[in-house]
Amino acid sequence: MSQFASTARRAGRRFVSSLPALLGVLVFTFLLMRVLPGDPAVFFASGPTAGKEEIETIRKQMGLDKPMPEQLARYMLDVAQGNLGNSLTTGQPVSKDLRERLPASLELTFAALLIALLSAVPLGIAAALKPNSLVDHGVRLLCALGVCVPTFVSGLLLIYVFYYLLGYAPDPTGRIDIFTSQPPRMTGFLLIDFLLAGDLSGWWAAASQLVLPAFTMALFVVAPLARITRAAMLSSLGSDFVRTARSIGLPRWRIVVVYALRNAILPVLTITGIVFSTMLGANVLVEKVFSWPGVASYALDALLASDYAPVQGFVLLMAFIFVIVNLVIDVLYGIADPRISIE
Amino acid sequence: MTEPLLRIEDLAVTFSTRRGPVEAVKGIDLDLPAGRMLGIVGESGSGKSVTAFAVTRLLDAAGRISRGRVLFRGEDISRASSKTLRAIHGAAISMIFQNPRAALNPIRTVGLQLADALRAHRPLSDKAAREKALELLKTVLIREPEKRLDAYPHELSGGMCQRVMIAMAIACEPALLIADEPTTGLDVTTQKTVMDLIARITAERQMAVILITHDLGLAAQYCQDVVVMEQGRIVERAAPEALFRRPQHPYTRRLVAASPTPTSKVEDLVADPEYHVPLPPEPLREKPAAGTPPLLEVVNLVKRYNHGITAVGGVSFSIGAGESVGLVGESGSGKSTISRMICRLIDQTEGEINFEGQSISGIPADGFHRSPYRRQIQIVFQDPHDSLNPRFSAFDAIAHPLKRLDRLSNTALKERVLDCAAKVGLPANLLDRFPHQLSGGQKARVGIARAISVRPRLLVLDEPTAALDVSVQAVTLQLLERLRREDNLSFLFVSHDLNVVRMMCERTIVLQNGCVVEQGESRRLFDAPESEYTRTLLAAVPHFEGAA
Repeated sequence: MSQFASTARRAGRRFVSSLPALLGVLVFTFLLMRVLPGDPAVFFASGPTAGKEEIETIRKQMGLDKPMPEQLARYMLDVAQGNLGNSLTTGQPVSKDLRERLPASLELTFAALLIALLSAVPLGIAAALKPNSLVDHGVRLLCALGVCVPTFVSGLLLIYVFYYLLGYAPDPTGRIDIFTSQPPRMTGFLLIDFLLAGDLSGWWAAASQLVLPAFTMALFVVAPLARITRAAMLSSLGSDFVRTARSIGLPRWRIVVVYALRNAILPVLTITGIVFSTMLGANVLVEKVFSWPGVASYALDALLASDYAPVQGFVLLMAFIFVIVNLVIDVLYGIADPRISIE
Repeated sequence: MTEPLLRIEDLAVTFSTRRGPVEAVKGIDLDLPAGRMLGIVGESGSGKSVTAFAVTRLLDAAGRISRGRVLFRGEDISRASSKTLRAIHGAAISMIFQNPRAALNPIRTVGLQLADALRAHRPLSDKAAREKALELLKTVLIREPEKRLDAYPHELSGGMCQRVMIAMAIACEPALLIADEPTTGLDVTTQKTVMDLIARITAERQMAVILITHDLGLAAQYCQDVVVMEQGRIVERAAPEALFRRPQHPYTRRLVAASPTPTSKVEDLVADPEYHVPLPPEPLREKPAAGTPPLLEVVNLVKRYNHGITAVGGVSFSIGAGESVGLVGESGSGKSTISRMICRLIDQTEGEINFEGQSISGIPADGFHRSPYRRQIQIVFQDPHDSLNPRFSAFDAIAHPLKRLDRLSNTALKERVLDCAAKVGLPANLLDRFPHQLSGGQKARVGIARAISVRPRLLVLDEPTAALDVSVQAVTLQLLERLRREDNLSFLFVSHDLNVVRMMCERTIVLQNGCVVEQGESRRLFDAPESEYTRTLLAAVPHFEGAA
């Protein structure tokens, strides 16, 4: 189909045009890490008493004695081969660390996004259907709360209520409680792996472990999603074609869902893409509060330890994910709006 | 006497605004028997559209029926529940709207939208609905209907969108069709086919129609009865021939006088003595000495766009000093493109533009603002609102070209701005206002004042009155004519309104698909058109003189 082909072509073009940006990110992070204070060679020496020679040897090992351009060139060559260097803190290749931890972050983010969308879109629609009503004001208040309470506070609050007071939630540390055994690793997404292994009690354990952190993160992004849904719904409800739909006597739900919402979904899609990318990077606080073994907390630990490679790897990963997310949104846009595909 | 299909009794509609309630319709009475076509004419703000939306109960949230009754088949629907209304909408009363493209759902295919309309009132299978939709498209005479079923509105022309809208409106065979400015924004020829279609279909199905329009000619040509509305009230009702031949109410008289007809002159447009300023006589123009180049000469002008579309394909004409030349054609004929190339807002692909014998086509469009010719050629844009910077007051808007091109400042600047404002009849106390605080006519004056502020020799008028009401248009046209006669200005007058061009221009150029079809003396061209296309265009213009 021509629409599919043109969408694919557009996605491809978009991907190619984002490559220079990725390259820029690569150089930028490299430079940033070099100007940050703290000498990793000193940090990784055996102790405060380490002699000059020892530090010098470590510096040589790490390639820090080479001139900057050479360091950069070597770094880029490595990245091109999929080698992101070794983490000095974990002693493992960064790519391996990221591969292990990324599913945890993604699972959390996807779950949070799902929760956020499932609550924000109906809330936004409800607010738009009765602007300036009690419902609208309620949603507005909820959104304000969601944005102004920091995630670590809301996270702790949720833990306090649902784990400490009510006891509904399991011990809020990690992706799985200590009594459940890990499923065989297939995708790294616990919920999927448990299902593949047919272990429903394990699935339940992982899911209940996921609920609190996911809600904490969802709370934070409900606001932009609900507000944009409301605004988009308001404008499409006020549009000429909704008036047309009313003039031919369509049932109300059909007007709201098929005519208004389908058109309002386009800006919501855009914001969803932005929100998703922000969440991936910003969930470091949630990961810390819930001891979630994700990539963000990994990068933070590395940063505090002046460990260059993982931070660079993380930033690069984020940039890459950002590009992918934008591509996906682009493709979805092309499907949702037939006007986009003609250029 | 039998019960009329629709009876409106003392209907009043109030809008709640930030400055308190505003009554848009102030108690009107109307009867519409089945099978008749009734025209409601009036200018913007007269409440004609609000009446339509009140009858169909499609007013937006801010408006409500504050008084009166709307009896449809003897039943009051002005307070009907939304359930009752849903049964009526589409099945008994339906509407078609202005701006047909926006009235269709942009992301749903035509076939599905037609199916929606069909299924709103009766259960139909997917296949049956599609077949019915195809039938409807054939009824509204859409070419290649099978293909159009799967098209989206943006893939159709404005006229086709309006046909689809008509198909949706008649899908469930309603008894009353309300058409709210159904052809505003469409070309004359498209307007004619759409209106003929509406007239034929409604006559075949014996539907009653309310045609809401600002175009007296259109109402006269198609309606059996016409009512004239002014500021929320009906001021006159009659059969069209009586109404337009012998208008009784002063407002109707003013409206009839202001509507350009094939015989009207600019001098006669404004009947109201309050606004009437006698025009200076046409200046005697000496014949230019032989060998003097014309003010503007366009030779073989071509504009091609990247995707191989030729917007203008080799157009040549010239404009003498003090002369007014009209450029007419339908949308897509290239008239706006030509005017922009002459103003040097866009570059031509090929061809020469000479101003007083000097070539200006070599000056690239983005460098033309530095050229001394910039001040010689100025433009008045189509939309008086959108062409003014919303953050510039009227004074700033008029002063801007003076500051840039004449380097004026302080008192000299102020004097010139006041001068220009006086010239276009803009009261000095309005100069501090921002565009949104001015009426349409006042904004048009600001746009004209801005264009003439640097005393250009050639004024390009790109549909300068298309967005204005007829009475405002009349005053604006007189103003332009006066400026031309006083200052010996030359006009390139771009318009789709043939009657306006006939009145305003000595010579006329007819364009079709980017090429000149015919050009010559306006009088000759309009009275005895040589080309088939010009004849079609002229035949499509609705007029009320021959309506009787």
